[in-house]
Amino acid sequence: MSATRSALKRPAFALRALAVHAALLAAAAVGLAPFLWMCCAAFKRPEDVFGSAFLPPHPLHDLTPGNFAMLFHSTPFARWLLNSLFVSSTQTVLVVTFSSLGGFALAKYRFRGKKPLLGLMLLTLVLPALALLPGAYLLMYDFGWINSYAAIIVPGSVSVLGMFLFRQAMLSVPDDLLHAARVDGCSEIRIWWEIALPIVRPMVGAYTLLSFLGAWNSYLWPQVVLQDQAKFTLPIGLAGMLSLPEYQTQYGVLMAGTLLSVLPVMLLFFVLQKDFVSGLASGAIK
Amino acid sequence: MNGKQGDCSYSAARRFTLWSLQRRAAPYLFLLPFLILFFGFVLYPLANSVILSFEKTAGPRLTRFAGLTHFRFLLHDWLFWVAVLNTIGFAIAFLCLQIPASLALALLLNSPLVRFRNFFRFAFFSSNLVGQAFAAVLFTLLLVPRAGLVNRMLGAVWPSLLELDWKSDPRFARVAILMAALWLSVGYGMIYFLAALQAVDQELYDAARADGAGAWSRFWHVTLPQIRPVTVFLILVGTVGSLSLFELPYVFFQGPGPQFAGLTIVQYLFTQGFGAGDLGYASAIAWALVALIGTVTLVQIKIFRGAGEHP
Repeated sequence: MSATRSALKRPAFALRALAVHAALLAAAAVGLAPFLWMCCAAFKRPEDVFGSAFLPPHPLHDLTPGNFAMLFHSTPFARWLLNSLFVSSTQTVLVVTFSSLGGFALAKYRFRGKKPLLGLMLLTLVLPALALLPGAYLLMYDFGWINSYAAIIVPGSVSVLGMFLFRQAMLSVPDDLLHAARVDGCSEIRIWWEIALPIVRPMVGAYTLLSFLGAWNSYLWPQVVLQDQAKFTLPIGLAGMLSLPEYQTQYGVLMAGTLLSVLPVMLLFFVLQKDFVSGLASGAIK
Repeated sequence: MNGKQGDCSYSAARRFTLWSLQRRAAPYLFLLPFLILFFGFVLYPLANSVILSFEKTAGPRLTRFAGLTHFRFLLHDWLFWVAVLNTIGFAIAFLCLQIPASLALALLLNSPLVRFRNFFRFAFFSSNLVGQAFAAVLFTLLLVPRAGLVNRMLGAVWPSLLELDWKSDPRFARVAILMAALWLSVGYGMIYFLAALQAVDQELYDAARADGAGAWSRFWHVTLPQIRPVTVFLILVGTVGSLSLFELPYVFFQGPGPQFAGLTIVQYLFTQGFGAGDLGYASAIAWALVALIGTVTLVQIKIFRGAGEHP
């Protein structure tokens, strides 16, 4: 039915398709232009930044990796990059492990104290995390964890949201499968690892990306607990460069740093994209 | 329970008890890491924050009870109210722009005419991967007078805007933050709307078409009610997120901005607690923020519920 209709209205359809694509392209340009500008600026010589919007007139001749060289020579950027990689990946592995274990227990076992625990968790879920900032700082001070990665990694490996997400996902694991595994002599921990986790794989992917993104981009808490420049993670290191007069006008160097800070999460997103989009979407509709 | 499945030899009986032990202990063991961290690093600091808000502090360990002093002081602290107004103003402007923009993009992208859908989806969503601190650095340079991309584009249309200094005029400063925030989050809303639009039952549209409903009427009476849950979700998430705004203006202005235009509640909390070292006052600000977010979201939920009953 609609085929004959579209055949009848072909010119009108083509026109509408054109309009839709034009609008989408315009929006995509707005979304991507800052990235493009950043990539260009990162490879431009200082004198070319003001000369042209994107590429300089003789790209092959005028583009240089000089900004990156300066970034690594004159700032502890390499150290910040390693710090960020270490802190974010450790935290992500821990929070995904603990949340999937806990979510599995909440979804598939009956035990005492489950109801009150869920209530308590729900209560903290609706409270903005900012409320515990001053109290958490005091605790870190008492533990002597100020200026250490433990202050970021340990509190970062608990997530009530993660628990609920995994609980929700684990509910879909068929009970029969778990029973069958038990009959076959499978221990509970192996049931989690070999049966439950593979079934909720999209959630593992989505939540891994979500936690890594959160840890990688986290600014406020690391800013509060880290003091030595050598211990900084990328967001505080890079944002701190903005406050130093010698870098404020080094646009190329700043963009080189931003480019390298954004690239790792982009790559991870490409790898986990499918899981992420489906995981996000299923969470929203339920 | 399923231990009965095993045979009845002596060693099997011994294994049976160990077996049932690991079975019964399993949920507790699985929950243990979470529980330790949850009580130690969520509930305990939370209780600490409550106590702190009633205490006068000078440095982390010198405290004495101060009753409601902080909260009383908060009422007369004009800088706090500047932060509150800034934050609420931002939240309203942000939501009024983000939700329609996200929905519009999702509607465009959901059109059956669209090709290269994955490319567009990535183009819109990729900016959401950028952290607020990185985005603040990026926008600092996009908005540099004469050299920045935005200034160039504006300058091409209206030459005097080429030199526009976004960081010195409070009005432009607010627009700058809003721009960066929208660039970061319109794609995020779009992903959710798109998923919701794709889940709408096509038969509803066919039925509406059979009843002679036009495109606008189909959108109003079929699409909107169907994507309502996602819309409510995005409004709630956007409200909490925008009322907690901090990094974008803090890094962008390296402080409160021109005439405090970039001062948000969380930034005020941050500077009072960790700049000035007054953890007690910072806790009071934190609980005031919690009260604000709680009230606003509760009112929103109530409105959405009420509106849902009379479609």
